[in-house]
Amino acid sequence: MRVVVAMSGGVDSSVAAAILAAEGHDVIGLSMQLYDQSGTQAFGSCCTLDDLHDARRVAAAIGIPHYILNFERQFQQTVVANFVGEYTAGRTPLPCAHCNSDLKFSTLLDRAQGLGAEAVATGHYARVEQAPDGRFRLRRGLDPDKDQAYFLFSLTQEQLARAAFPVGALTKTDVRAHARTLGLRVADKPDSQEICFVPDGDYASFVERQAPAAVKAGAVADESGHTLATHDGVHRFTIGQRKGLGVSSQAPLYVLRIDADSGQVTVGPRAALERRALTASQVNWTGGDMPPDWQAGTAQIRHRHRPTPGRVRALPDGRAEFESDAPLSAVTPGQAAVFYDGDVVVGGGWID
Amino acid sequence: MTRVYMDHNATTPLAEAVADKMMAVLREEFGNPSSVHHFGQRAKAVVDEARSAVAELVGGDPSEVIFTSGGTESDNFALRGAAEALEPSGRRQLVSSGIEHEAVLNTLKALARRGWQSTMLPVGATGLVTAEGLTAALTDQTALVSIMHANNEIGTIQPVAELTRLAKARGAVVHTDAVQTAGKIPVNVRALGVDLLSISAHKFYGPKGVGALWVRRGLRLLPFMTGGKQERGRRSGTENVAAIAGMGVAARLAMAKMAEEALRLGALRDRLEQRILQAVPGTAVNGDPGTRVPNTSNISFDRVEAESLLIALDLEGVAVSTGSACSSGTLEPSHVLKAMGLPTHRTQNSIRFSLGAANTEAEVDRVVAVLPGVVDKLRSLTRTPVRG
Repeated sequence: MRVVVAMSGGVDSSVAAAILAAEGHDVIGLSMQLYDQSGTQAFGSCCTLDDLHDARRVAAAIGIPHYILNFERQFQQTVVANFVGEYTAGRTPLPCAHCNSDLKFSTLLDRAQGLGAEAVATGHYARVEQAPDGRFRLRRGLDPDKDQAYFLFSLTQEQLARAAFPVGALTKTDVRAHARTLGLRVADKPDSQEICFVPDGDYASFVERQAPAAVKAGAVADESGHTLATHDGVHRFTIGQRKGLGVSSQAPLYVLRIDADSGQVTVGPRAALERRALTASQVNWTGGDMPPDWQAGTAQIRHRHRPTPGRVRALPDGRAEFESDAPLSAVTPGQAAVFYDGDVVVGGGWID
Repeated sequence: MTRVYMDHNATTPLAEAVADKMMAVLREEFGNPSSVHHFGQRAKAVVDEARSAVAELVGGDPSEVIFTSGGTESDNFALRGAAEALEPSGRRQLVSSGIEHEAVLNTLKALARRGWQSTMLPVGATGLVTAEGLTAALTDQTALVSIMHANNEIGTIQPVAELTRLAKARGAVVHTDAVQTAGKIPVNVRALGVDLLSISAHKFYGPKGVGALWVRRGLRLLPFMTGGKQERGRRSGTENVAAIAGMGVAARLAMAKMAEEALRLGALRDRLEQRILQAVPGTAVNGDPGTRVPNTSNISFDRVEAESLLIALDLEGVAVSTGSACSSGTLEPSHVLKAMGLPTHRTQNSIRFSLGAANTEAEVDRVVAVLPGVVDKLRSLTRTPVRG
């Protein structure tokens, strides 16, 4: 089978490519250039020139052709625009999930199919399997510390049918050991951190550079609406944030709500962050089936969130509702709520 | 897989005789050409012979040939060296065209940061710079005019002789980048009338890393490599003797075969072009069909990303090219096609076929056989049509 591997230059996608090549597949390495690399404009930590160089060297080492695709425009229009739009709307975006469903398994998949490839493989720690009924199931990666199924919930059945995650059944330790065995130069390369196009982690400045006109300043207020301070923009806050509020208080205060229209950021005690239910929009029923009624399972509301048991049901207009058995802290609009049945992803959507 | 190489404007394979000569020089002529003794004299003789060959290739005198590291250095040297020498004249305008090679464009940008003003001449739909365009741009402030002899992407040959007459009448120094013509078609510095001319060995079956700048005798040009005063003090640094020797052999081979090879490649190119236009719907030729170097064909494929087509063809064993590659190796919309006023989608869906010595009719036919299927597949999977 001819298969394209999306090679970021990191150890996971490098090993993914090596595994597929060793299995005898006709492997083509593709790397995406996502932002302008000419001099001062470069703002990335992943897929920088160094990473593209690493990907090229790995491809040469395992003997597969490698090409770099210029996806600057698509990346800007999909992932970066959404990231900036969400922050300025008072929400906290999840760009990696958008990159997966809107770039890697859409534009890149199209290109791959144009090259005669049947699938796109990535270095994600997740597993995709075909069930006896023919549907594709997305499961968590075997390594609990590295599982990335959360970022893949928005893949449709059509996308899952063309997806391969060769390292999903391995642990990170296995992957590094495999890379070392093969003598790949990236075997000990550090994991990428943060969001790739904001390597310094300063999202606020990034949003301000990208959309200066959309910055919405306003007040930091308590739960009864009393102004405690002013702030330079709602994009500087996320639900549950404690630092950088510009407010001094005896008891610690946390961001409870962000209203982009008025610019008001409401703060309060930690207990006020707790919710028993949430709704999500633009829900993708990853497994292909919308639950007919309440269905027991777990939900994860952030990448590093321990799944919480409860029940989920579909609502009209592509929405879903989750009721939790235990309090959920800091339910954050813009992040994904992903619903699981055991380690199988049932579906997920964007938290309202 | 047997592969077809049709990217000779990017680089050419080393001619057998060139490789032989270089190996012999590498093994036997280790002397430093600047040394007084026997070993130095032998190396110097090798360089001198190559200098004569290169001078002959461009119709100049050997004393006017300066060896460089290649086309980019020659362009940099010509523009920076001439501009610096012209500083006392008070003239501050540089005139060029939007379809020049990056070696010229980016050097002009660098000079602009140091107080030079550049005027970029428009080109017509076939990539030609016109006499009217140049006349309109020339002023008493014009210090230097640089117009390429033929364009690397579309092959259009510029009326350099005519443009040079106009520029010189206004007292400007004239440079031409002849990297894409030297060795392919006759290049004669006297007939062109220019003051400076850049060439590169690896475009005509010589080695990479060596080129030459022809400098009209008497022209003031400040060196930008200073040191041991090699190359008459204009380009210091111990000569790359083997590469220079290879360039000399490549120049002689090119001269010996030029007329015959130009005819052969022209016929092959026309066959390729006509058959692609017939076999693949939605195709069009870019450039000036009547005034092109004989080996080059640039073709737009509607509703296909050139990037994907290039990769798909490579996977089929066909090596071609497109616009310019950026630092990471990805493709950017062609600045040449953009300057010609082509709509955005055509600047992103054009492929360059550049033929050379080893190409045969059978290879042309293979490319023509492969293309329709590859293009159909890409078109069928284009989610959002490439539009301007």
